[in-house]
Amino acid sequence: MSLAHDLTPVSMPEDVTPEMLAGIDEICAANRGKPGALIPVLQKCQELVGYLPVPVQEHIADKLGVPGQEVFGVTTFYSFFSMKPRGRHTIRVCMGTACYVRGGKEVLERLERHLNIPVDTTTEDRRFTLEQVRCLGACGVAPVVVADQDTHRKVMADKIVDLVESYE
Amino acid sequence: MSHISISDLGEIQQRSERAQALRHGQPGVGSQRMHLLICGGTGCQAAGSLAVMNALRAEIAKQGLEEEIAVVETGCNGFCALGPVMVTYPEGIFYVNLEESDVAELVESHCKNGEPVERLLYKDPSTKKRIPHMRDIPFFALQRLIALKNRSMLDAESIDEYIGRGGYQGMAKALKEMSPEDIVAEVKKSGLRGRGGAGFPTGLKWEFCQKAVGDTKYVLCNADEGDPGAFMDRSILEADPHSVVEGMVIAAKAIGSHHGYVYCRAEYPLAVHRLQLAIDQAKQYGLLGENILDTGFDFDLRIYQGAGAFVCGEETALMRSIEGKRGMPRPRPPFPAQAGLWNKPTILNNVETWANIAQIITNGGDWYASIGTEGSKGTKVFALTGHVNNIGLVEVPMGTPLRTIIYEIGEGIPKKHRKFKAVQLGGPSGGCIPEEHLDTLCDYEDIAKAGAIMGSGGMIVMDDSTCMVDMARFFMEFVQDESCGKCTPCREGTRRMLQILEKITEGKGVPEDIDTLEELAEMIQQGSLCGLGQTGPNPVLSTLRYFRDEYMAHVVDKKCPARSCVALLEFKVDVDKCKQCGLCFKNCPVDAISWKKKEPASIDLDKCIKCKTCLDNCKYDAIY
Repeated sequence: MSLAHDLTPVSMPEDVTPEMLAGIDEICAANRGKPGALIPVLQKCQELVGYLPVPVQEHIADKLGVPGQEVFGVTTFYSFFSMKPRGRHTIRVCMGTACYVRGGKEVLERLERHLNIPVDTTTEDRRFTLEQVRCLGACGVAPVVVADQDTHRKVMADKIVDLVESYE
Repeated sequence: MSHISISDLGEIQQRSERAQALRHGQPGVGSQRMHLLICGGTGCQAAGSLAVMNALRAEIAKQGLEEEIAVVETGCNGFCALGPVMVTYPEGIFYVNLEESDVAELVESHCKNGEPVERLLYKDPSTKKRIPHMRDIPFFALQRLIALKNRSMLDAESIDEYIGRGGYQGMAKALKEMSPEDIVAEVKKSGLRGRGGAGFPTGLKWEFCQKAVGDTKYVLCNADEGDPGAFMDRSILEADPHSVVEGMVIAAKAIGSHHGYVYCRAEYPLAVHRLQLAIDQAKQYGLLGENILDTGFDFDLRIYQGAGAFVCGEETALMRSIEGKRGMPRPRPPFPAQAGLWNKPTILNNVETWANIAQIITNGGDWYASIGTEGSKGTKVFALTGHVNNIGLVEVPMGTPLRTIIYEIGEGIPKKHRKFKAVQLGGPSGGCIPEEHLDTLCDYEDIAKAGAIMGSGGMIVMDDSTCMVDMARFFMEFVQDESCGKCTPCREGTRRMLQILEKITEGKGVPEDIDTLEELAEMIQQGSLCGLGQTGPNPVLSTLRYFRDEYMAHVVDKKCPARSCVALLEFKVDVDKCKQCGLCFKNCPVDAISWKKKEPASIDLDKCIKCKTCLDNCKYDAIY
C-alpha cells in the first residue's frame, strides 16, 4: 500500500516473450467470467513472467474482460505482486516481532550495506532482490531469512554475508 | 478408495488405532517394536529434518530393521527452536538438534541396543541436566492439549492415522445424530470464543448465521495468520489439517452451507500443501464433497491463497479478497452472518477455533466448559518467543498465569546478565505487560485489564536489551505499512504517529511529542473503520502506560536506557565497567576496536559502523 508509480505509457518490456503472452492468454481464457478469479490469475501470470509490468496488466485486463484499473488496483494492493523486474535470487528477511527482537533488523541493515541497495529493490546485475516479510511463522528459529525456497534459521548479522554470497 | 460409510469409518479407526498402539505404550502390530516420529514442520525442515529422516530410513534399511522400526514424518511439534526434533515410541524419548551425522549412532545405540543417546537428549537450561522423556520436560509437562491434540503423534499426510486418533467421529455424530440447532447449542454450551483474537462467542456467531435467510451460505476459515510472532495456525495446518476440515463440515451442517473456503497465506507453502492433501484425501473417502457418509449432506471445500496483506485477516476485508478485489474492510452492520461473501450469509472462524470444534462435538460442550475460567473456556495456544529459554507453541488452560508460562514452561530469560522487562501480547493490536503484572491470568478479561489483548496468541518475551520506544515504533511501522488506506484516521494518523516515534528514537524528540502521540492515538482508535486502526495505537499506549520514563529518557536526556537506539549511543567504552575480556574486540566485524589483554578496550569511531555487535557481546554494559 505504498508509493506512486510512474505511469508513462510503455510498450511491452523485451523480457516478456511471445511464449509468456501465449501462456497468459491461456490462463485468462480458462478464468474469463469466473467471479473472484482475478487474484489467482495474477498469481499464475506473475509466476510465468516473474513480475507484472503495466503492459502485462493491461494485457490481462483485456483478456479477462475487466477494467484495467481493477487489475492495477489489485496488483498494487497486495505485497505478493511486483511491478518491477526481479533478481535471480530473492532474499527475504523476516521482520516479525520475534525476529526483530532477536536481531532481524541488524541482519537487514547488514544486507542493505553489503548489496548496496535499499530493501524492496533489486541489485543492478539482477542477482538479488532484497525484501522484508512481516512474519514467516518460523518464530521458534528467529531470526529467519528465506533465500529463494530455502529457509535459513537463526541467521545472525555476522553470518548473512557469507550466506547470500553462496547464491550465484 | 470409494466413499466410506459410518461402519467403514469405525473399521478404519480400529485398524489405524491398532497400528498406532506403540505410540501409547502398547505392543505394536506384528514384528513392529518402535516408531520414530520426526518433525517435518517448517522450522524443523529449515534445520534439515528431511535429510535426517532420509538418512534414518536408509540406515534402518541397511541394518535390516524395516520390519521392526517405522520412521514417520509428523507435522510441527511446536518446539521449533531445538529442531530437528524426534520422539521415539513406545518410550516417549525426546531427541533434539539432530544432524545427519548422528543417525548411525542413534540407530546402533537406541534402536539396536536400547540405549538412548545421551548427548542428543533435551538439556534443561536451568539445571543443565538431560531429560530423556518428553512427558518430563517442563515445556511439555505443563501443557493441556486440545487444539494441538495430535502434535507429534501422527503422520500429517495420512487420513487413516487421523481417523485412528478419533478423527471424523465428531463430524459423523453431527451429521448422523444432531440437528443444526443441537450443534449450535453444543458449541454455545462449550463457551468457545473466537481464537483469532477478538474472542466473540463462536456458538452465537453460528446461531446468527443459522437464522439468516438464504439458500447459499458460506463457511470460511481464516488462515491468514498475519500477526508477527504467532505461528499456531501454521502449525495446526501442517500437523493436523484434517481437524480444520472436520470442524468446517460440522459448522456447514449447523448453518446449512454447502461451500467453504480456507483463506491461507501464500507465505505458508507447506501448510497449503498439507491442507490440499487433506482435502483430496477426505474427498476420496467421501468425507467431503457430495453425500458425505451417506447422510445426503454435501459440502465442498477449497483453498484460496492470499496475496499478502495483513488487513485481509479482518473478516470483511478477507471476503472482499476472495471476491478478487482489493482487500479493504467495509463498515458493519450488516455483519457477515447476514451478508458476507458475495453478500451471502457467511461464518468465518480462525484455524485454532476450527481445531477445537470436532472435539467439542465428540466430548460435549460441558467437557470443554469444565476447562478454563468463568468468562474464557477451554485452552489457548500461545506462541512463546523472544528472549526466553524454551521457544515454541504452548497450549494451556485459560486462566494460566503469565508467570507460569514464561518461567515454568519457558524457563525464563536465557542471558544471565539480562533481566525480564516486558511481555508483548496480541501483536500489533496488543500491548506490553511489565514485571509487576506477571501474575495476570491468561484469559480475555484479565489480559485486557492489564492493557493488552489476547489476540491470536503471540507472546513475545523481552529482556532489558529491548527499547520499549523502539518496540512501539516497530509495531507502528507495521500498522502504517499494512493500513489499507481506506479511512483517513488510520491512513494518515498512523503515519504521523510513526514519524513522531522515529523522531524520538533518533534523539530529536521533544516532551510535547508524547502528548501529541496520546492525542493521535485516541483519535485513531475512535475514528478508524476496522480493527486494524482501532487497535493500532495500543502498543504505543501500553508502552506509554508502563514505560513512560523510557520515553522521557529519550526526549529529555537524549539517552536510550536499553542501549538499543543507535542514534543515542556514543560507542564509547566505560573503563570502570570494562572487564577487559576482549569479546567486543573479537566480534567487531570492521576491526574498529583496539584491545590488549589486561587493558580496557577502545573504539575507533572513524572505523565504527554502529552495528551494535560489541554491545550485544558485552556482558558488563561497558559500552554506551
